[in-house]
Amino acid sequence: MLQAYVFIAILLIASLVFAVTPLLMAFVIRPKRPNPVKNATYECGLEFESFPEEARPVWVPFRVQYYVYALVFVIFDIETVFLYPWAVAYSQLGLYALAEMFLFVAILVFGLAYAWRKGALEWV
Amino acid sequence: MAEALVIILVKCGAILVGLLTGFAYMTWVERKVVARIQVRYGPNRVGPFGLMQPVADGLKLLFKEDIMPAQADRLTYILAPAVSLITALMAFAVITIGPAVNLFGREVTLNLADVNVGVLYVLAMASMGVYGIILGGWSTNNKYSFLGGLRSAAQVISYELSLGLSLVGVLLITGSLRPLDIVQAQGGYWLGFIPRWFVFLQPVGAALFMVCAIADVNRAPFDLPEADTELVAGYHTDYSSIKFALFFMAEYVNMITMSALTVTLFFGGWQGPVLPPAIWFSAKVLIFLFCFVWLRATLPRLRYDQLMGLGWKVLLPLALANVFVTALAIVLKEMYF
Repeated sequence: MLQAYVFIAILLIASLVFAVTPLLMAFVIRPKRPNPVKNATYECGLEFESFPEEARPVWVPFRVQYYVYALVFVIFDIETVFLYPWAVAYSQLGLYALAEMFLFVAILVFGLAYAWRKGALEWV
Repeated sequence: MAEALVIILVKCGAILVGLLTGFAYMTWVERKVVARIQVRYGPNRVGPFGLMQPVADGLKLLFKEDIMPAQADRLTYILAPAVSLITALMAFAVITIGPAVNLFGREVTLNLADVNVGVLYVLAMASMGVYGIILGGWSTNNKYSFLGGLRSAAQVISYELSLGLSLVGVLLITGSLRPLDIVQAQGGYWLGFIPRWFVFLQPVGAALFMVCAIADVNRAPFDLPEADTELVAGYHTDYSSIKFALFFMAEYVNMITMSALTVTLFFGGWQGPVLPPAIWFSAKVLIFLFCFVWLRATLPRLRYDQLMGLGWKVLLPLALANVFVTALAIVLKEMYF
């Protein structure tokens, strides 16, 4: 079993080589004639320097909306992780497992309904 | 030991070369099919039927000047495309294209690694791919790229939930996460002619899986991370030459992996009459790849709030309902039959 993961590690090394080789090849053979205008960040043809100072930085705190989605995602992703072993062992567990999982998911669905009701799922 | 190492290296080589060729000719097929749907010719100048076009494109990108934006975070900017491609290639490791075959007197499995949590591994690798996109979008220090990267992260996590839940039905029926077991559970026929594919037992699950797979690889109509009408080119706006090619390749490799996973889970894998298993598997994968292109040429892009609404308010409840209906049906079947 562990052997399989050794094989995957070998593939990781192989794909690392596969991805880095073209980067190195291009580094060797490509032309290199940079100038300030060419290296400017793309802005619909406007020059970066023409922007007002406060509009320049891109690495700013972003919308809290993404954060709310990420929180709801973590909850349901963990639920999915719990559902997988349950599903694989289901044929040996039977009706009792179904009832138990139903309770577990029902609580989380209630959470989703709450988030929905509170408007966390409305993208504005 | 030495022989095992040789086999594994040959398999690695086959996967990398196969995916590279698949990617190259997928771009050709896409341009040709989209052109035909729009009543154009598509590439037809380089070689017969434009068949050498992918080679010409690859060489051109290799010889192009690589522009490094002055404001970029240099290390992340260079690494992001490589991360994107490596995760895409890694996902293919557990895809099984046929039963074990006898080659030169030794048993050879037609996958790289026979992991007993294979399906979970593919999903994990597929969601790692978002790192490449979000790092690429962030590192260029460009507003369009940054928005593309953020959108991609939000979209992938939203659709990954339904993707993961939609295949729980299959796991309930087979009781295994190994691609080999899942395909073998789909052998045989009902009434002598209907193949026992899970798409017939799990129609809702299969439909959900396919929709989420398209969203997961950022393809039209869910290609908002690179929506060219509003974000120029999204996360790879400021990427050029070979780095752009790596992002491009990652996207197509992900498409191939997702098609292969759909075939494994719902369409009987390599099972089929007369032809050898690997041929059946490839043919089924090609049909799904064609569907990706067909959808892109046919459907308009969704709006972002529609996309998030569809993922959270329609697909997620449907996927949960599908899990319960399947579980209930299995219990009832055991009780009364």
